[in-house]
Amino acid sequence: MLGKLTWNAIPFDQPIPLIASALVLVVLAGVAYIVLRRGWFPYLWREWITSVDHKRIGVMYVLLALVMMVRGFIDALMMRSQLALAADGAPGYLPPDHYNQIFSAHGTIMIFFVAMPFMIGLMNFAVPLQLGVRDVAFPTLNSVSLWLSAAGVLLVNVSLLVGEFAKTGWLAYPPLSELAFSPGVGVDYYLWSLQISGVGSLLTGINFTTTILKLRAPGMGYDRMPIFCWTALASNLLIVAAFPILTATYAMLLLDRYLGFHFFTNEAGGNAMMYVNLIWAWGHPEVYILILPAFGVFSEVIATFSGKPLFGYRSMIVATLAICMLSFMVWLHHFFTMGAGADVNAFFGIMTMIIAVPTGVKVFNWIFTLFGGRVRFTTPMLWSLGFICTFVIGGMTGVLMAIPPADFVLHNSLFLVAHFHNVIIGGVLFGAFAGYTYWFPKAFGFTLDERLGKASFWCWLVGFYLAFMPLYLLGLMGATRRMQHYDVPGWQPLMIAALAGALLIALGIFFTVLQLMVSIRTRDRRRDLTGDPWQGRTLEWSTASPPPAWNYSVLPRVEGADAYWGMKQAGRESRDAPADAEWEEIHLPRRTSVGVVLAFFAVVAGFALIWHIWWMAIVGGIGLIGTGIAHGWRTEHEEEIDAETIAETERARRRATT
Amino acid sequence: MQIDWPWHSGVLDPQGPIGAAERIILFNATSIMLAVVVPVIVLTLGIAWWFRAGNTRAKYLPDWSYSGHIELVVWSIPALVVLFLSGICWIGSHALDPRAPIASQVKPIEIDVVSLDWKWLFLYPAEGVASVNRLVVPAGTPLHFRLTSATVMNSFFVPQLGSQIYTMAGMTTQLVLQAGKPGKYPGLSAQFSGDGFSDMRFTLEALPADKFSAWVAEARTAKEPLDAQGYATLSQPGTAPPGSFKSVAPHLFETIAAGKN
Repeated sequence: MLGKLTWNAIPFDQPIPLIASALVLVVLAGVAYIVLRRGWFPYLWREWITSVDHKRIGVMYVLLALVMMVRGFIDALMMRSQLALAADGAPGYLPPDHYNQIFSAHGTIMIFFVAMPFMIGLMNFAVPLQLGVRDVAFPTLNSVSLWLSAAGVLLVNVSLLVGEFAKTGWLAYPPLSELAFSPGVGVDYYLWSLQISGVGSLLTGINFTTTILKLRAPGMGYDRMPIFCWTALASNLLIVAAFPILTATYAMLLLDRYLGFHFFTNEAGGNAMMYVNLIWAWGHPEVYILILPAFGVFSEVIATFSGKPLFGYRSMIVATLAICMLSFMVWLHHFFTMGAGADVNAFFGIMTMIIAVPTGVKVFNWIFTLFGGRVRFTTPMLWSLGFICTFVIGGMTGVLMAIPPADFVLHNSLFLVAHFHNVIIGGVLFGAFAGYTYWFPKAFGFTLDERLGKASFWCWLVGFYLAFMPLYLLGLMGATRRMQHYDVPGWQPLMIAALAGALLIALGIFFTVLQLMVSIRTRDRRRDLTGDPWQGRTLEWSTASPPPAWNYSVLPRVEGADAYWGMKQAGRESRDAPADAEWEEIHLPRRTSVGVVLAFFAVVAGFALIWHIWWMAIVGGIGLIGTGIAHGWRTEHEEEIDAETIAETERARRRATT
Repeated sequence: MQIDWPWHSGVLDPQGPIGAAERIILFNATSIMLAVVVPVIVLTLGIAWWFRAGNTRAKYLPDWSYSGHIELVVWSIPALVVLFLSGICWIGSHALDPRAPIASQVKPIEIDVVSLDWKWLFLYPAEGVASVNRLVVPAGTPLHFRLTSATVMNSFFVPQLGSQIYTMAGMTTQLVLQAGKPGKYPGLSAQFSGDGFSDMRFTLEALPADKFSAWVAEARTAKEPLDAQGYATLSQPGTAPPGSFKSVAPHLFETIAAGKN
């Protein structure tokens, strides 16, 4: 009846996951109690859970990412403390069986459920506003994407209490991830949660590519599009091109595990090298899917806080698209040590280095954007400057490892671990925080506390260097990644330093949470009524904060790059343009529960497939198809905002600002 | 306080020609890039600070956003660096191809390597002996490895000698290394392979030629042969202490590498 699921699935003998899950359940129950007790559920259901408003979906994505960042970071603290202890024959406190799950979960969560939703959240929030339009091309699909990502998150977290997670590393290389070597449900949790959230990511890619190509304010040609929209376009093109590879690769591994196929097995003609190639054919574009929007954020932030247009705008676009194309031609650099010939290795090494050219151009263009500016050192600007200085170091170690003979001695070492954290924390995460602090006032109408924001930044920056510079050294000393203990006593001081760095980052996360709480409590003092707290340059700053559901009462007319800056220079605020009589009604897509219902059935089906509960899998499958069909039959797609509501909103805004 | 930094186990303390050549590449490439990276960091911080909003002496250029000359320079600098590094990359990849022979008067010794769950098996086809988790080699002699795995992927790596290479079931990879002088060098698996991964360590012992022959003779007097049954026992999942086998079943490596074990 319940397939492989028995009481043995609950780790009663392991206090750490048990207590952790109990805590999570208590917190969830507490939140649910407060929500129900105060009667907030109908509001949450109507205004958030079933919302198809890109701004709210964006906020929910970012919230999801922040929550999962705490989860992934606790994994990181456990790994660092294990390695600070387990020197010279000491076993530490995490046996391999548990430790291996932790590093696999850490990588999986940080990439798929922190970095991805954070970037997708920022794109959701900012791209339609920057384009000067009222929503994305497919608003309902957008809600489906969000909830499928959340479904994947839920399954990953369920594995903490029910069963186990993969013990294979975050990319689950076969043959280790095949049934013969990983018979448990861990790899199945990994595969199904990523298959489900991967569909969400692919739909996002389709949605945003369409939005940026087809929906732009009147007058916004490609050469006037804000740079963040360009980087979002490049990123979403990569999603559309790369995620099907991931889905197909995982599907093949699932066939191996469930139906006895032999794509990647040791037996019967399977070939694990094929998986390694395929997974990186997705995996390398994936890092650019994450970093390109971050580059976009930095470009916006640096231009805004320098009080200047972005230097070399066209050059930046060329560089972005060059990176977009090249990112598909470098995947083999992840396994120079697999025995390819010198020609092949050298080719992929050189292709990898070529990516450093457009990336270098971007760095120089940011520097020249600062040049001649009036630089304001706000929190988003600190993240951006911290990024440039940190990222060039990560870029340097990356190019170093692109040289095959150098990689032969650095591959899979802690040097590599330090390198990719250098670019992912110093690039993607700093970009995410820059974007979060930059757009927060737009999303909520009040600014975040600057002092706590800066405290968080400095903890992250110093913590990063303290945590990862020792890992560079350890890698050069011959320390490899994913080891659970080591026998060189001399490594221990560096491991302890790395733990201290991680604790400093923990303080940074604490300040971020505190900043949010303090800012919410003091929001009445920090209201921004102008909608333009930073002296912004792009269209999102021309509308109210938070923007009305319809973003723009009248679609802005764009007459150049940095459209809003141009309007302000011309003494023309877009909101002042039309006289009252001219307001017209606006049609917005209706809210829908299809996303959250689909996600519910996806979780049911995923959980059932993981535990081989076949009847339940069928129920989940029928639910998914049935929900889709039922949604197809709905007759009302839109709701109308009447002209009077719009007029009243605009009058209220004008009263507030004057 | 004196801290004994354990560089001596790592790739910055090479003990053979391959590792030495790779360290030169590490140093060269890093120096070339530092020549750009350090000025970039200084410029970023310097320019941001000089053009701070409060500095009245800094000139504000609110509309300056394009200069063809600067564009040319900013595309050229990284392009030239990459051109230079590409040369290192191409030449280095060919010179240090893992399977390329080392120019030497001494005839290479053949060693076959099998990764098991979770230990290393070293077979000496010419000498007819085998060892586990202990790789004894003659110093100053090129070492030609053929490698495979009887289980999941692993990576054979002796940091002080240089290049690592994957071991994969059903396939054979090749690697040539050389220990310059006698000594004991730690070796490990650099590709995660499961619960016993952290214990997949071995010691590479480079001995003078005469001592190596003595070791082979000694190994021939070991208690156990590595016959079919011995291999079946050894390949059970688990860790193993270092040890030797007095003889090896015929074509054992080829059988394992063909995935027919």
